[in-house]
Amino acid sequence: MSFLSLLARNRLALAGLIVIGLVVLLALLTPWLPLKPPNVTDTSNRFQPIFSDGALLGTDHLGRDLLSRLMWGTRLSLAVGFAAALVAATLGAAIGIVAGYYGGRTDNIIMRGVDMLMAFPYILLALAIVAALGPGLLNALIAVAAVNIPFFARNIRGITVGIAHKEFVDAARLSGMSNTRIILSEILPNVIPVIVIAMSTTVGWMILETAGLSFLGLGSQPPVADLGSMLGEARSALITNPHTSVVPGVMILIIVMAINLLGDGVRDALDPRLKSGALNRPLPATMVARDHQPAPAQAEGILTLSDLQTQFHVKNKVYRAVGGVSLSVKPGECLGIIGESGSGKSVTALSVMGLVASPPGVIAGGSVRYQDQELIGAPYGTLRSLRGREVAYIFQDPLATLHPLYRVGDQLIEAIKCHRPIGRADGRRKAIELLEAVRIPNASARVDDYPHEMSGGMRQRIGIAMALANDPEVIIADEPTTALDVTVQAQVLSLLDDLRRERGLAIVFITHDFGVVAQLCDRVAVMYAGRIVEEGATRAILDAPRHPYTARLMACVPELGGGKRRLEAIPGLPPVVSDLPEGCAFAERCTRVRGDCRKGEIPLENGVRCLHPVTYQEAPA
Amino acid sequence: MLRFILNPYILKRLVSAVPVLLGISVIVFAIMALIPGDPATAILGSYATPENVAALNEDLGLDKPLVQQYFIWLGNMLQGDFGRSFALNRPVLDEVLERFNATLILAGTSFVLCSILGIIAGVVSAANQYGWADKAITFVVLLGISIPSFFLGMMMILTFAVNLRWFPASGMWPIYGSRDIWALIDHLAMPALALSVVATGVIARLSRSAMLEVLRQDFIRTARAKGVHERGVVWRHALRAAMVSIIPVLGVQAGFVLSGAVYIEVVFQWPGLGRMLVDAILRRDILLVQGGVVFVAACYVFFNIVVDVAQSYLDPRIKT
Ligand code: SF4
Repeated sequence: MSFLSLLARNRLALAGLIVIGLVVLLALLTPWLPLKPPNVTDTSNRFQPIFSDGALLGTDHLGRDLLSRLMWGTRLSLAVGFAAALVAATLGAAIGIVAGYYGGRTDNIIMRGVDMLMAFPYILLALAIVAALGPGLLNALIAVAAVNIPFFARNIRGITVGIAHKEFVDAARLSGMSNTRIILSEILPNVIPVIVIAMSTTVGWMILETAGLSFLGLGSQPPVADLGSMLGEARSALITNPHTSVVPGVMILIIVMAINLLGDGVRDALDPRLKSGALNRPLPATMVARDHQPAPAQAEGILTLSDLQTQFHVKNKVYRAVGGVSLSVKPGECLGIIGESGSGKSVTALSVMGLVASPPGVIAGGSVRYQDQELIGAPYGTLRSLRGREVAYIFQDPLATLHPLYRVGDQLIEAIKCHRPIGRADGRRKAIELLEAVRIPNASARVDDYPHEMSGGMRQRIGIAMALANDPEVIIADEPTTALDVTVQAQVLSLLDDLRRERGLAIVFITHDFGVVAQLCDRVAVMYAGRIVEEGATRAILDAPRHPYTARLMACVPELGGGKRRLEAIPGLPPVVSDLPEGCAFAERCTRVRGDCRKGEIPLENGVRCLHPVTYQEAPA
Repeated sequence: MLRFILNPYILKRLVSAVPVLLGISVIVFAIMALIPGDPATAILGSYATPENVAALNEDLGLDKPLVQQYFIWLGNMLQGDFGRSFALNRPVLDEVLERFNATLILAGTSFVLCSILGIIAGVVSAANQYGWADKAITFVVLLGISIPSFFLGMMMILTFAVNLRWFPASGMWPIYGSRDIWALIDHLAMPALALSVVATGVIARLSRSAMLEVLRQDFIRTARAKGVHERGVVWRHALRAAMVSIIPVLGVQAGFVLSGAVYIEVVFQWPGLGRMLVDAILRRDILLVQGGVVFVAACYVFFNIVVDVAQSYLDPRIKT
């Protein structure tokens, strides 16, 4: 049912369905319509134009009524096209099921044959068959059906292989059912939907192909005509009487287009990826939809976020991934942002340079300030020139974040080239320098490697080298050590720490690991459900966490890399950010919760967003 | 050159083509063996004289068992003897090679045209998803893949040759005048365009979805974070990665272009293999059909090897 309603929602597919339905209906009714006989010649009335008396669409070179010939021709073309599709589907499915069900050598031999047939340009096979059998509509039908059998056989075999190893088939086999019965009662019902879909996408094609063979004079023979042979016969009068060609040609176009529209609709309705809208392309920069321009943030540091709000608009729901975050980082300082996955920490980081995938991402409010430059709502050109040059990113999982098909050296050089011209030799030298700066051994050879030729730790260093390429002022590192093992992780962290000291970089470090924070960060902000719940100097928070959530986080991760990587040790799940409860978002999971926690907005006071914070004397819960 | 051929990957592909070619010859031979009635008379058709029939029986050993006949036929072909077209009274291979030239020019041009246009259309469409360019391209593509190429060709003749007189209506060369490159382009423009329309549509569609798939991936975000201009993101980063899935589609579409050439050659009276095959079928010139089909199929198999090799160069992750 949902399939039909999805189809109905697709207006183009619906239009296709209506058009093809009408054409089929008219074709079925043709024998009963008040039409002139299609094959009676009347040479005194040759080439009557369209809309002439007694012949709505005119007449052809033998004076036959074009409207009548069109209807009968359509009937024939549709019948032949559908018949060819049916024959191809039946035989192809039979071959595919046998190959898929029996497997082994049977499968091997059959599929080799199928591959062989598919190695032909299809028309050669069709022509060879027609050459052997002789021209004629039935032979054209056989030829078109035959060339499409491999397509069906291959598709259906794939499905059958999947089904043939399911439990219910094994059970049937054990109960002593014969193979034939299993195929008919267990396999066939499961592949029929696939057959129908494959047919719906190929029937338009088959109508076109049979019309083509008829057009060449190899299909229907005079005086009977399908649409293709009508067009073929009209060709000699193309220049003098074009309407005799246009009438059947347009009819073929209408039929095939309607079927294609319908077929696309069917495919879209069945493709789950399109349903969720996941195939949207992200825009060059995140969309900004702020209802009002906020007061410019107080520029305390080099990068200042104030009341940043980033949302995801999916269908009718709004997910408030970042619900008003204010942060600031100074040159030479390292700020940690910590939280569970889904807490909004990565989205916060990506919002800075408009890198949140959009759609569905929307920056709905707040301000981000780099030095004196407002970034939210800044034109794309400004944003682009700052990306990588002033504010650079290091991402998690460099296998996915490096381009797989370019050499790492070229990717480094490109990072430089985006912001200033650099020659080939210079670029290469600089790339090698960068690799050496991140302590990649044998840098001058490694520069020509592809990412897949390197180890995970090595790739992560490439990511860091790329961020350093333009000597940025700020580096935003989004869980850059998560995919690495403990030793490599420690190396990467100390590398970042050195760079910060040497170059005076401001680093925003996003992680879920308190051990990492302890090693690297001067200050830390703890995020939960899109908001900061606690903020302060790393030492102070590590010694005496005040928000119950912070305390629990720390209890989960005793030391660097040694404890739980993910923070599932806290009972319960973070709330869904489309439907936040009133009051404290942590209330559901909090052991200190009281009645007033669930009412009203809880402010961030003295660095903690909690009404009943853990106090000094108490041991962390 | 030798080192290129001896590259193990290419060598492997070349060797794997042998059974495919043998299979093709078996299929063609089997189809021809289906011809009802006395084979020699059926093959020679109405042009047969008793001497011809006797000669053919001798040539193909039509009185011998089928398997033996096949090997005689195959052996002859391997020696470049595709038999004789009795209707044209010349060796099949000579006729096929002469026609092949014309088809290669037409199909080759169309293939280049549809690859370039299709990929550009697909990329522009994906980069402007849901924008007016995307909608316009999607509509034109739908029209393009729905219109029968032979009808489109006829309408182009009517419009551009008869009414506007921009291009000649048919043929490959002017009847009078010099046979230079400009004359060829003049004659080639319409048929090449008409032939490329369907394949352009299919390639545009697949390129669009391949691009959308790639544009969502993490390395695109990395490129943007580096400050790569959007043009570079789309054309350098995304398209490069999408090519990996577009190239195989091009290989398949080459077969469709070759197939569509049959119609276009008939409509524009292009002196190529397709028109030769149709004429040969209508004349029942079976040996010519047989030879033409085997020849084109073999060319197509080799073309596909070229595509595979191109693919291996494009994607360093494929071990060559
Ligand atoms: S406000 Fe209440 S519920 Fe929320 S963390 Fe503090 S004590 Fe727990």
